[in-house]
Amino acid sequence: MIVAEQKPVAEILRMIDGYRRILVVGCGTCVTVCMAGGEKEAGILASLIRMAWAREGRLSPLIDVSEATVERQCEWEFLGDIAEKVAASDAVLSMGCGAGVQAMARMFEGKVVLPALNTKFIGMPERQGLWTELCAGCGDCVLDRTGGICPIARCSKSLLNGPCGGSQNGKCEVSKDIDCAWQLIFDRMKSLGRLEALGTVLPPKDWFKNRDGGPRKVVREDMLL
Amino acid sequence: MRSGSNLEKVLAHGDFAVTGELGPPQSNDREVVVKKAKAYKGYVDAVNITDNQTAIVRMSSIAACAIAAGLGLDPVMQMTCRDRNRIAMQSDILGASALGIKNILCLTGDHQSFGNHPTSKNVYDIDSIQLIGMVKGMRDDKRFLNGEEMKSEPRMFIGAAANPFADPFEYRVVRLAKKVAAGADFIQTQAVFDVPRFRRWMEMVWDHGLHERVYILAGVIPVKSAGAMRYMKNDVPGMSVPDELVRRMEQASDPKEEGIRICVETILQLREIEGVSGIHLMPIMWESIAPVIVERAGLLPRPVYDQDDM
Ligand code: SF4
Ligand code: SF4
Repeated sequence: MIVAEQKPVAEILRMIDGYRRILVVGCGTCVTVCMAGGEKEAGILASLIRMAWAREGRLSPLIDVSEATVERQCEWEFLGDIAEKVAASDAVLSMGCGAGVQAMARMFEGKVVLPALNTKFIGMPERQGLWTELCAGCGDCVLDRTGGICPIARCSKSLLNGPCGGSQNGKCEVSKDIDCAWQLIFDRMKSLGRLEALGTVLPPKDWFKNRDGGPRKVVREDMLL
Repeated sequence: MRSGSNLEKVLAHGDFAVTGELGPPQSNDREVVVKKAKAYKGYVDAVNITDNQTAIVRMSSIAACAIAAGLGLDPVMQMTCRDRNRIAMQSDILGASALGIKNILCLTGDHQSFGNHPTSKNVYDIDSIQLIGMVKGMRDDKRFLNGEEMKSEPRMFIGAAANPFADPFEYRVVRLAKKVAAGADFIQTQAVFDVPRFRRWMEMVWDHGLHERVYILAGVIPVKSAGAMRYMKNDVPGMSVPDELVRRMEQASDPKEEGIRICVETILQLREIEGVSGIHLMPIMWESIAPVIVERAGLLPRPVYDQDDM
């Protein structure tokens, strides 16, 4: 899933300064799961904005903060549901991931759509309240060679040929709070009895599949209408 | 001869090599490089010039190498994978070669979070092992990484680093073997304080026969104070410092002298280990001490070769 977290409220308030009618839009998918931008969070953020504006004495009948949540902000078909509310606002504060914000900006041409979240990574909930990155969407997966643990996303230097000289006691040189991805890979390959596979030199990565200029596309000819 | 560098000649002759490390200044002041280089002259066979060490912006390794070469020293250009992609690296290798630089040390590089630009974007397009392979391909096959042929090849003596003290310990020799397979001619290790652990690592090196395929230079650091020794022990990732050495530094009446003594003793012990072809001195901000250590370790005079020797 995509993991995101809310921007600091002060930053959000600065962003919406000058607009009078704000629509806060939550997304019911990934950001609901990571508790960053679902229905509940949209309600809380809308209240926080109302309170902040009330403190500043800015509330009047002309000023309005409302909220709505769609199933998935990153798909056109769900955005139609909120078209009326969007039309009635000066600015939309999206609590979707970066894709949600951009989908809305494209759908509602001429409307200001602002991001309320910082989209962080593709990952999973490690435990209650903790999400970690697992995949950097590099476009050319090597997990078959690394025991199902990603060296691109999880090694601080995205190394392909084993741990750097800073790996110690299972931790990354960057911080004692970061597991060294290569220690994890080593342990796993060892338990799988596949250590000899780590003796092969992997050639330079084809980053073209990661950042090939312009947005990447996935085309399934068989599915095109 | 792969490169004809002085370092290669010393090692090929079977002499016990001595290299030193020189950190360029955080400025464009060439005099700093000149001064440090002169301290090494006659005492080392080659001088490693660091590449934005610990991710702090400094004069480029390539420029400082050219200055050192101009003073008659044999520079080892360090190159990290942190700051450049494969295009910039190959371009710099060609440029370095044109400037008379004949040794390169291929490194992953410290993460930028340690340095003075922690918000920078790192590169890590290729890793150090892939870099070794790339330089070898340029030198031996006259080909760029993309397979295209080049008109004239950069003759480089290819070095790599090894850290016997990092984890997973078992994998360290496998990684060294990968570096050798990729084309490393010589290895410089992380500083050795823990000689027993280094020896255990060397035993693994022997088991793989790697000491017969690559020259191994053991790193040493002369430490000035107990505080510095403790720092090495506790705060430098991938370093092993026995408590005994911290205690010796703490109890010494003249810590500088004690630091020199520990360094010289370490060198003498390392010399006895089969497969150690030399030492690499890393006197962090204390380059002027190099002559004292080299002399007291009985490593003088350094061999001198004719221009066209070998
Ligand atoms: S190798 Fe690439 S695609 Fe596979 S998990 Fe890592 S970043 Fe994702
Ligand atoms: S310590 Fe491990 S995770 Fe950190 S950069 Fe080195 S290899 Fe990667």
